[in-house]
Amino acid sequence: MLYALLCYNDEDVVWAWDKAQEAEVMGRLAVVRARLAKAGKLGPSLRLLPTTAATTFRKSDPPLVIDGPFAETKEQLLGIYIIDVADLDEALAVAKDLGDANPGGAYEIRPLALYNEGSRDAVAKGAVTA
Amino acid sequence: MSDLAWINAAISAARPQAVGALLRYFRDLDTAEEAFQDACLRALNNWPKNGPPRDPAAWLIMVGRNAALDGVRKRSRQTELPSEDLLSDLDDAEERVADRIDAADYRDDVLRLLFICCHPDLPATQQIALALRIVSGLSVKQIARAFLVSEAAMEQRITRAKRIVAEGDAEFETPGPVERAERLAAVAAMLYLVFNEGYSAGDNPARAQLCGEAIRLTRLLLRLYQTEPEIMGLLALMLVQHARTPARFDADGQIVLLDDQDRSLWIGPMVNEGLALIDKAMRHRRPGAYQVQAAIAALHARAPTPAQTDWPQIDRLYAALERLTPSPVITLNRAVAVSKVAGPEAALEMIAPLADRLSGYFHFHGLTGALNLELGRHREARVAFDRAIALANTAAEAAHIRQHLDRLAHDHAPAGGAAK
Repeated sequence: MLYALLCYNDEDVVWAWDKAQEAEVMGRLAVVRARLAKAGKLGPSLRLLPTTAATTFRKSDPPLVIDGPFAETKEQLLGIYIIDVADLDEALAVAKDLGDANPGGAYEIRPLALYNEGSRDAVAKGAVTA
Repeated sequence: MSDLAWINAAISAARPQAVGALLRYFRDLDTAEEAFQDACLRALNNWPKNGPPRDPAAWLIMVGRNAALDGVRKRSRQTELPSEDLLSDLDDAEERVADRIDAADYRDDVLRLLFICCHPDLPATQQIALALRIVSGLSVKQIARAFLVSEAAMEQRITRAKRIVAEGDAEFETPGPVERAERLAAVAAMLYLVFNEGYSAGDNPARAQLCGEAIRLTRLLLRLYQTEPEIMGLLALMLVQHARTPARFDADGQIVLLDDQDRSLWIGPMVNEGLALIDKAMRHRRPGAYQVQAAIAALHARAPTPAQTDWPQIDRLYAALERLTPSPVITLNRAVAVSKVAGPEAALEMIAPLADRLSGYFHFHGLTGALNLELGRHREARVAFDRAIALANTAAEAAHIRQHLDRLAHDHAPAGGAAK
C-alpha cells in the first residue's frame, strides 16, 4: 500500500532556521529516511520552496492565474505532479493541458527546494499491488 | 531542536505581526515593545507546559495586551484579567482575537511597523538599526557588532532614532491604496539597505547575517502583499545575490569576481526561488527597478558558465534600468555589459563622461583600470588602480586591486619599459 505523507508547519519559522538548526533537523530526518530506504519503503520525497514563490492556476473558464498559494478551503488536495520545465510559463502551459483534460479545481504551482528519488523498489512494489 | 530553540524561533517569526498589532493598539512604540516583551516572558513559562499555541502571534498579541492593561488595572485596584494559564491553545478568547485581527489588519500592522523605521529624518544606517531592533528583534549587542560600534553607542543611536519616530506623527488609520503603495516603496528601499549592509560585509559574520534577516522580512512582506511585482523582484534580487555567498570569497577571504566564481557552489534552492519569483513578477508587465535588477541577476544565474552569459540582454536590461532610475552607477554597470558586447573601447567611451561624478567611487576606477588593462594600456590601468585602492571600502576590495597592481608591476618590470 502506498501512502503519501504531507508535511505541514509554519514556514516563517522553518525558513528562518539558521544553518545549525537546519543541519540538525536534516540530520535526524536523514537517519529515518535511510532506514526506510534500506527497507525498500521510501518513495520520492521532496521539499517545497516557500508559498511566496507559488502561483495558482484556477481551472475556470477562462483559466485564472493568481499570485500565491492555493487558499480556498472548499476543495481538497487530491493529487500531485512533479514536472521538469524551464520556467513558470512552461509550468503554466502544463497546468493548462492537464486542466483541459480534467476541468474543475485548481493547480498550485510551487517550485521545489529539494527532490530525492527514494528507493525505486518501494514504488515498483506499490505499483504491482495498486 | 530543543523546546527553547523552537520557542525562540516561533517568537521571532511572530514578532513583526505581534509588535505591529500592539503598536496599533497602544499607539506608542515603547509600550508596544514592553507589552511584547512581557508576553514573551509568559510564553517561555507557559508554552513548555501547555504546548505551543496554534497561532503564536495571536497569543502574544492577546497576552501582551492583557499584560499591559493588567498593569493599569492593578494600579487602579480593579479586578485582574484571567492569567494566560487559563487561556490554553485555541481557547475561545484566542480564537476571537485571531478572528478580529484578521489578515488585512496584520498586513497593515507589519507595514506600519516597517514604515516608521523609514522616517525621512533618519539617516540610512539609523533606519537599518531601528528596523533590526524593533522589527527583527535583534539585541542592541548584535546590531552593534554588525556595525562595528560599541554597544553604548548603538544604544544611544537607537534611542535617538526612537525619539525621532515618536515625535513624528505615525498614521494609525488604515492606509488608502496610494499611501500603501508609497509605504511599500519606502519599506522596500529600507529592506534593500539592510540586505546591502550584509552583502558588503566581507568577513564580518555579524553583519553578513543581515542578508538573511532582510530576506526573512521581505518574504514576510510578500506573503502579506502577494500581488506586488516589485516586492517579488526585490526578494528575487536578494535571493539570487545571496545564493552566491559560498562562492564570493576564496579561502583567504579575497573577493572572487562573478566570472571566476565556482557556480556549483551557488545555493541551488535559493537561486530557484529567485528565478520562480522573477518569472512571477514579469507576468504582471509592470516593470520596476528591483525587477529589472533581479532579471539581470537571473540571467547570470541561468548561465551555466560565464561565457554563456546573455550579455546583449543584460545590456538591454541596464538600458531599461537607466531609464527607470537614471544614475551614473547604473551606467557604470551597463559599461561592463557593453565591454562584453562591443569591447572595452566602447565601454571606456561610455564611462568617460562619468569621471567627474564618480571620481570618489571605488568601482569607477576599478573598472577603468580593468578596461585599460584589457586594451594593454598599462600606464592608464596603473593610474586607475592606484586611485581605486585608495578608495577601497573593505580589505577584500583593496586586496583585489593589489593583485592587479602586482601583476602589472611583475609584467612590466623585466621587459616592459625597456622595449619601447
